[in-house]
Amino acid sequence: MKSAVVVFPASNCDRDAAVALEQITGNRPAMVWHGDAEIPGDVDLIVLPGGFSYGDYLRCGAMARFSRVMQDVIAKAGEGRLVLGICNGFQVLTEAGLLPGALMRNANLKFVCRPVGLTVEETQNVFTRRYDAGQLVHFPVAHGEGNYVADGETLDRLEGEGRVVFRYAPGDNPNGSMRDIAGIINEKRNVLGLMPHPERVCDPLLGGTDGRAMFESLVEALS
Amino acid sequence: MHAQTVTSEVVREHGLSEEEYAKIKSLLGREPNIVELGVFSVMWSEHCSYKSTRAHLKKLPTKAPWVIQGPGENAGIIDIGDGDVCVFKMESHNHPSFIEPYQGAATGVGGIMRDVFTMGARPIAMLDSLRFGEPENAKTRHLVSGVVAGIGGYGNCMGVPTVGGEVSFHRSYNGNILVNAMCVGLAKKDKIFYSAAKGAGNPVVYVGSKTGRDGIHGATMASAEFNEDSEEKRPTVQVGDPFTEKLLLEACLELMATDAIIAIQDMGAAGLTSSSSEMADKGGAGVEIDLDKVPQRETNLTAYEMMLSESQERMLAVLKPGREAEAERIFRKWELDFSVIGRTTDTHRLIVRHKGEIVADMPVKALSDEAPVYERPFVRRAPLAGEPAFDRSRLVMDSLVAIMGTPDMCSKRWVWEQYDYTVMADSVQRPGGDAAVVRVHGTQKGLACATDVSPRYCRADPFEGAKQAVAEAWRNITAVGATPMAVTDCLNFSNPEKPDAMGEIVAAVEGMGEACRALSFPIVSGNCSLYNETQGEGIWPAPCIGGVGLLKDVGRMATLAFKREGDAIIVIGETKGHLGQSVYIREVEGREEGACPPVDLAIEKKNGDFVRTLIEAGRVDTVHDVADGGLLVAIAEMALAGNIGATLRVNYEPECFIPVFFGEDQARYVLAVPEEAADAVIAEARQADVTAHHLGYTGGARDEPVLEGVGLAPVTLASLRAAHESWLPTYMAGGN
Repeated sequence: MKSAVVVFPASNCDRDAAVALEQITGNRPAMVWHGDAEIPGDVDLIVLPGGFSYGDYLRCGAMARFSRVMQDVIAKAGEGRLVLGICNGFQVLTEAGLLPGALMRNANLKFVCRPVGLTVEETQNVFTRRYDAGQLVHFPVAHGEGNYVADGETLDRLEGEGRVVFRYAPGDNPNGSMRDIAGIINEKRNVLGLMPHPERVCDPLLGGTDGRAMFESLVEALS
Repeated sequence: MHAQTVTSEVVREHGLSEEEYAKIKSLLGREPNIVELGVFSVMWSEHCSYKSTRAHLKKLPTKAPWVIQGPGENAGIIDIGDGDVCVFKMESHNHPSFIEPYQGAATGVGGIMRDVFTMGARPIAMLDSLRFGEPENAKTRHLVSGVVAGIGGYGNCMGVPTVGGEVSFHRSYNGNILVNAMCVGLAKKDKIFYSAAKGAGNPVVYVGSKTGRDGIHGATMASAEFNEDSEEKRPTVQVGDPFTEKLLLEACLELMATDAIIAIQDMGAAGLTSSSSEMADKGGAGVEIDLDKVPQRETNLTAYEMMLSESQERMLAVLKPGREAEAERIFRKWELDFSVIGRTTDTHRLIVRHKGEIVADMPVKALSDEAPVYERPFVRRAPLAGEPAFDRSRLVMDSLVAIMGTPDMCSKRWVWEQYDYTVMADSVQRPGGDAAVVRVHGTQKGLACATDVSPRYCRADPFEGAKQAVAEAWRNITAVGATPMAVTDCLNFSNPEKPDAMGEIVAAVEGMGEACRALSFPIVSGNCSLYNETQGEGIWPAPCIGGVGLLKDVGRMATLAFKREGDAIIVIGETKGHLGQSVYIREVEGREEGACPPVDLAIEKKNGDFVRTLIEAGRVDTVHDVADGGLLVAIAEMALAGNIGATLRVNYEPECFIPVFFGEDQARYVLAVPEEAADAVIAEARQADVTAHHLGYTGGARDEPVLEGVGLAPVTLASLRAAHESWLPTYMAGGN
């Protein structure tokens, strides 16, 4: 499996994502600069990492969505290439229109960093097939703007179509997200965005390995 | 402004004394113009020149075989083996944070990170030691909220985990809060960058953000006491832009991967003035700069404003000739300003041009070596003495619950959950432990970091209190299994022109020196923050110690959480029951009195070395140092962290348990070891002449975890947790 990690000017989880990908897939991902024209053609998975892309001064991801390489990411997503957006990457995906809804400031208006419980709601996709449906996992969150918001119709549709992939466990919603949504997938099930960080829980010394199954799912699906 | 004439009024406004002004005139051989006066005023300010403390700081131990760079550079450097070095420093941003808490704290973080990455290191951990006024003070909540948000806002965007620190409250900080930020970075031994601008004719380049009018005279502000007009100083607080700093970090590291740089230094306090003159001074060179080439954010900036601006996220570098284009490409890629603003010379002068005219021309040495050094008069106050009286009938467990829910002893989760402490995926020991541990990326090595000082001890006895601060940092690092290597410090004191306050500085520096020598824990970097005084009220002295240690194998690291039921609880070190200046006497009896606990450095070292050896051998994985609050607080913290209770037992009957459980005797640790290993640990301790007592077991027979034993009424962990976790969030929500 070949992967690429997009590096925006102030991405700061690009290395963390690359380390987890290399550890689990066995291949070092290509690090693609935001100003590049395109993602290498043979890449199976494009990761938009966490961070602050352009400082997040306007709205998180609002500037990144216009960066040069994003045009190719949007095109490749349309062709069915896999795209995973983590934290700021999820924000970029919603701004780019690849996923519905928006990520607003946390309900308490404060940045929050802590491990949260998540239920894996859907496993019929390439990102979570190695989890059990309904499985409780723990990933850390670290964001100031992770409060998932969409209109009622969109939310009903996401739930009806089985596109809410991760939900905060009851009582563990750190940001006020509607219907406890932590991660969603697009209609074609090739673009996943989530606020929690699976790449930070792939090493027992870091407090758990619950994130590994996501990358193992991708390896399995792509081999 | 540059046309302004230099009158005695103007000289006074610049914080220079008549004697200092006379010295400037004699060094120049003429009257300075206003630009030169401004340059002298910041370079000779307490903040930049250390004029009150320099003579005393010389007495500190700064050398060891593993020390690569001691004080005097942007940060200290130690060798951690395998070609890796650790670069670290702590710095205060007290005055700006009081005036504008968000930006003051944010730019404190930004400044200390630049100090570290300017030496070629990638920052890998931040710690923040924060002291606020009493909770009842009308400003405290606003200051806590702003400072914490500012630290998070900057550090989180930088992608550097904030992994530790301390937060406490006391009325002596009502008018002067302390915001001390420590940054720890990692570099390769053969890729260290210094600030000495050696050689003539080399291009001087300006990179980073544009220069604006912010922060003019920040260094001078930090060198004077506050009065009721301090609010008016808000314009002297800089504004931070962490996004630009992140770009600057990456661009600098990319340039440093080439061999184009001769010297590099960040523009911190006193901006362009201090960076250019210090680089020239250290390199034994001169420098000429042309202010028309400086990237400017605003129109009509005067030479005076440009030289004194403390606009953030800027660096000055001296390149090898002919490498400008290569460097410029890198900075343009990161969308940063890049401009060749001058050349190094062999004249040993700092010459500044603006609009075709020379606006300043000064000998470099006049700004640095010739800066005044004062042997300020000081008085050694007699230390507070005596053992405080206390009510022997109070219930121990009730007092424990009360103490766990006090402002200083409660959980600081509300603070550290606003910091990204997991980014970089190497934080193997997170906030809430004795020391934070970050893994050296791609290896099994770890760096253990802690910040410590107990101002109540230092106020009682600055010498013993400063010793204790060093010992506690050393102990915290030891408690995770690491070998303490070196120290950075932030010396927060009040007005050095008052003999009492100067006496505190002198005694504290001596105490630190004694402890650092005894524990082979040299000081490699730091700063002083003086004049922490408002309307004549000085702060309690706070010589904050930031320690760094090396953990050989992060797989053999101790944490404080109880891990198994039925482990033997062993106390290392002697419990004499010293209640003077204890949290117990303050919080339960409501008095701040008595002598602070003495620190026996030989025992400290012996006990710590014993504990570390057990951890390194993989025989002990549960350790907590005994500090604020004493033995029972330490045990409660271990129980809460592991959600496993404890059943205490003693083989003697003390007259009263209060001094046993709440005394703050030093050099102690609590261990939890599997029962079958306990006898051997105690026997080996006795052999090593280390005091060790068996104090019961983890866990118990009840349905829910409790702390109980020795005839005390049991207390549930649930009620302890409620007290421990609720104070700060309730307070910040407007309650308590």
